[in-house]
Amino acid sequence: MNTARLPHLFLLLPLAGCSGWQSALDPRGSTAEELHGLFWLFTITCTAVWGAVLLVLAAALWRRRHPAGISEAQQARSERRSGVAIGAAVAATVVIITGLTFASYLATRGIAEEHPEALTIRVRGYQWWWEVLYADSAPHRAFLTANELHLPVGRPVRLELATADVIHSFWVPNLAGKQDMIPGRENVLVFTPREPGTYRAQCAEFCGIQHAHMALRIVVEAPADFERWREAQIAEAAPPMTPEEEAGRQVMESKACGACHTVRGTAAAGTLGPDLTHVGGRQTIAAGMLPTTRGSLAAWIADPQTVKPGNNMPMVPLTAEELQAVSAYLARLR
Amino acid sequence: MMASRFALLAFLALLAGCKREEREARLAPPIAEAQGAVLVMPNGISGRPHDVIAAQGDAFRNNAYQLSQGKRLFEWFNCQGCHADGGGASGPALMNGWWRYGPDPVSIFLSIRDGRPNGMPPYRDKLTTEQIWQLTGYLQTLGASTASLASTSRNDAMHSRPAENRAPAQAGHTTRPSP
Repeated sequence: MNTARLPHLFLLLPLAGCSGWQSALDPRGSTAEELHGLFWLFTITCTAVWGAVLLVLAAALWRRRHPAGISEAQQARSERRSGVAIGAAVAATVVIITGLTFASYLATRGIAEEHPEALTIRVRGYQWWWEVLYADSAPHRAFLTANELHLPVGRPVRLELATADVIHSFWVPNLAGKQDMIPGRENVLVFTPREPGTYRAQCAEFCGIQHAHMALRIVVEAPADFERWREAQIAEAAPPMTPEEEAGRQVMESKACGACHTVRGTAAAGTLGPDLTHVGGRQTIAAGMLPTTRGSLAAWIADPQTVKPGNNMPMVPLTAEELQAVSAYLARLR
Repeated sequence: MMASRFALLAFLALLAGCKREEREARLAPPIAEAQGAVLVMPNGISGRPHDVIAAQGDAFRNNAYQLSQGKRLFEWFNCQGCHADGGGASGPALMNGWWRYGPDPVSIFLSIRDGRPNGMPPYRDKLTTEQIWQLTGYLQTLGASTASLASTSRNDAMHSRPAENRAPAQAGHTTRPSP
């Protein structure tokens, strides 16, 4: 390749951020659309103003100075003309800034709107994973899951954001703007997902050594698919089908696993780590670290501190048979 | 000339303070196993920890990260349920300098791992050996009567007892509390 072209290719690199499953420039939700419009309005207006200023500067540099001996009448005319030009520039500045302020006010007012029929979900940040609670007026229909949010397309959603430890920030660029999760208080984020798809969210406030590995998936799907998923999540964990899976359930209950993790329908009822009742059905484990497979589950359990150093899951000593069994059991929990 | 050299040396000495504390997140499995091999007296009280603890510079007492992990475990595993914030409730107090099974770290380690009569449950199937040592190290700071260079961070909420990073007051107990 011609090495002289290389810098041009690097200039094109930022364009890769303009679309995809984690991009504010590819809006798929109500709030993101508002912010996207605002972004381009500001960018185009400011670019135009900048261009105009440079043009005027270039013209001023280009024009020759007046020769020393001009008449008084000419001088007065010249001063009047520059007075008009400066007045017009000041007026344009006022109009543009007022216009942008008003546009920004309208956009943020639209974002803050409440919807009585919104789906309420509580999201809690932990070092370094996300706990997701689907609340329901019937308590037995509420359930906990982790690191994956399912939303029905077209229905407003109300996220109640909190944290269990330090400040985190919830940010799904394709759907909405950033919202901090602050200890001791609850922030609310309301938006409507407009298009089905899978989007990626990432903690947007430095929260410790594994901050970069604190990802969340948002699956926006048709309302019927969402209801099906919800009913499956409400159900208790699938019973073990093979002797190996049964052995895995026993490891889960009798070893340290159950001290921190819950598998609904078994004796494992810890509340410190993610709920594992349907862990096999989630796309990733450990907040986006690894795709969910039996192998990756085993790798994670065998040595969590190598996969994600500093996280709060300890390396629990298990025999090879126990590890095989518990990973087979967890992969089955769909 | 001499004075400016001295100032330079003093400045270089300050740089030594930039070294970050070691934070060991992953304990090699053989070391973790060795930490559990404590020699215990026949009556189950007191004993000798494995040499590996001393070889690691007694990290559970001297390393702020290890102490902080112990503090988190104290809350996460609901030690407050019986011991309150260290002052004692249905379980004995942990901060008055009196230990039912002695102040020896091995005794505290064994109390957590294997449990004790009259209500203390065993945690050997809930915590790893390393975590039990972290808790042990933290508990020893609660009743300490001498200051230490390593400490946990302060609570976000109100403290019900002096913060861990404060130098402890002189121990003032003269009588043993009734059991």
